[in-house]
Amino acid sequence: MSESLVQVRGLTKIYKRGSERLTVLDNLDLDVARGDFVALMGPSGSGKTTLLNLIGGIDRPDSGSVQVGDRSIDQLSDRALAHWRSAHVGFVFQMFNLLPVLSAERNVELPLLLTGMSGSERRRRARTALSLVGLEDRASHKPAQLSGGQEQRVGIARAIVTDPELLLCDEPTGDLDRKSGDEILELLVALNESQGKTIIMVTHDPHAAERAKRTVHLDKGRLSMEAAA
Amino acid sequence: MRFLNWIRQIIAVTGMNLRNIPSRPGSSIVAMLGIAGVVAVLVAILSIGAGFEKTLAGTGSPDTAVVIRAGSSSELSSGIGSDDARIVSQAPGIATGETGVLASAELYVVVDVPKRSSGTDANVPLRGVQDTAFEVRRNLRIVEGRRFESGLREIIVGRGAAREFAGLDLGAEITWGSNQWTIVGIFEDNGSLAESEIWTDAPVLQDAYNRGSSFQTVRVRLESADAFSTFKDALTADSRLDVSVERENDFYAAQSGVLTNIVNVLGGSITFLMGLGAIFAAILTMYAAVSARTREIATLRALGFGGSPIVISVLIEALVLGILGGLAGGLVAYFGFNGFQTSTLNWASFSQVSFAFAVTLPLLVTGLVYAVLMGLFGGLLPSWKAARLPITTALREL
Ligand SMILES: Nc1ncnc2c1ncn2[C@@H]1O[C@H](COP(=O)(O)OP(=O)(O)O)[C@@H](O)[C@H]1O
Ligand SMILES: [Mg+2]
Repeated sequence: MSESLVQVRGLTKIYKRGSERLTVLDNLDLDVARGDFVALMGPSGSGKTTLLNLIGGIDRPDSGSVQVGDRSIDQLSDRALAHWRSAHVGFVFQMFNLLPVLSAERNVELPLLLTGMSGSERRRRARTALSLVGLEDRASHKPAQLSGGQEQRVGIARAIVTDPELLLCDEPTGDLDRKSGDEILELLVALNESQGKTIIMVTHDPHAAERAKRTVHLDKGRLSMEAAA
Repeated sequence: MRFLNWIRQIIAVTGMNLRNIPSRPGSSIVAMLGIAGVVAVLVAILSIGAGFEKTLAGTGSPDTAVVIRAGSSSELSSGIGSDDARIVSQAPGIATGETGVLASAELYVVVDVPKRSSGTDANVPLRGVQDTAFEVRRNLRIVEGRRFESGLREIIVGRGAAREFAGLDLGAEITWGSNQWTIVGIFEDNGSLAESEIWTDAPVLQDAYNRGSSFQTVRVRLESADAFSTFKDALTADSRLDVSVERENDFYAAQSGVLTNIVNVLGGSITFLMGLGAIFAAILTMYAAVSARTREIATLRALGFGGSPIVISVLIEALVLGILGGLAGGLVAYFGFNGFQTSTLNWASFSQVSFAFAVTLPLLVTGLVYAVLMGLFGGLLPSWKAARLPITTALREL
């Protein structure tokens, strides 16, 4: 496959709890090629979320580097990092993390507020993203009026509305029933295949991991690779 | 463009915050009530001073002069003999009316009358006047009954005194010391200080209180406001007299200063303490608001929203609470206290003055400014906390 989109080198993350030091990520390397769909598996508490947060630039490593595209994001200031996130990554959360007071469309529009786009352009893009996830008819619904599966689709629409190359999904089906979860996986596969999104998806469901192109296992701070079907 | 983005972020986040308020009405209402309470109390207290000032200011007129003995600060401590009073009435600059030269020699005692509201005794001025007094005070008129008859133990009562004190009703008899008086009239004087007084014939009062033929003040109506210096210079130059002369409005303004200062200092300290309480309530409310939204804020930050729009939006939310509270408090003060009639001790004359609370626009503005400050102080720490939440831990919260 083509060159890497994500290059993680020597990544170490240590949490200090009182006098205890917990090395969650230990000198870890990872390469994710453009267009790849990686499932990240591992026991609970093994550091999957931590790794995802470091790649997405919402956390800082104790040592090591994270390069995404041509950017070494560990070198960026907080402000530059926030700006980088808004343009280059889409986050999909296990609990959806929609803002309850906003309609589906307004939730999807949020990341566009950080661009110079006009209101009508923002609205148009939000609609497009909603129709990509099959929810154009739910645009004015509040999150509480949607099912879990629909909420997660809104979450995905929000993640892709700025057209980032990289999607980081932290257990996106963890809170859904099997059927809704399958639909979400379907959607991610479609985004990967037809839109060329590079996806890293944390999951502890082997059935979900099967939908990815490959799976990596995180245990004791290190990764072990395994090719999937 | 970057600035526009920033503004857009603030508007978006603020809009979400404000729409969140109804989901936690309890704590927001507590904070608003706290601020409203402080503003209501502040404005009400300050309106006492304003009303008192207004009454005293309405009493004085620049073309009327008050003559008291040099060195005394009030009518009560002054004394002027009848000879001196005659000399004063012959000075240049005094207007002439139907009752002759418009100089009114007056004396002044203080009688105890129970308040209608509390039943406790208060000092009320009982003033002995001559016929000219009714012409020197041009607004004074009898609204019920008639004037006292000279030589008789008859009194007339100011409208404010009649309202505030028990037993001061038309036709009633009242005893002070060994003297019995009959109330024959009620008078008004445009809401001035005189309305807090009781009047009778000067010789009758001199007799009742063993004052011989002496007076305490001479009040004169001048030909014009400009005649004041002519009049004053003549009296000051006269070696037979040892008096001080002031325009009536200045005389009363100086009196209102004492009480107004007391009220303002008192109001200031009470509301300062209450204000600390309200700020505390606002801080707790905003902390609760921020922690209820921890994950939302973290989500926004993860999406790339900056810290400063979050800080500012929390501050704006606190400000909105402050402004709403301030408006509510101002309304309560206005509808609850404006025009509220009461009486208080005039520290300069040691007698009761009846007046109405005056909730003025400047006071309402002062109250609102206070409310805004309370909101701002309340929002400061919580907004800081909101912006400093580490994104990763905040995202883990439920
Ligand atoms: N802020 C933190 N402080 C201390 N320990 C943390 C913190 N965040 C995570 N951890 C610990 O780090 C380990 C990895 O957490 P996480 O990345 O959430 O694991 P996973 O997503 O694989 O379940 C866990 O043991 C967790 O308790
Ligand atoms: Mg996790």
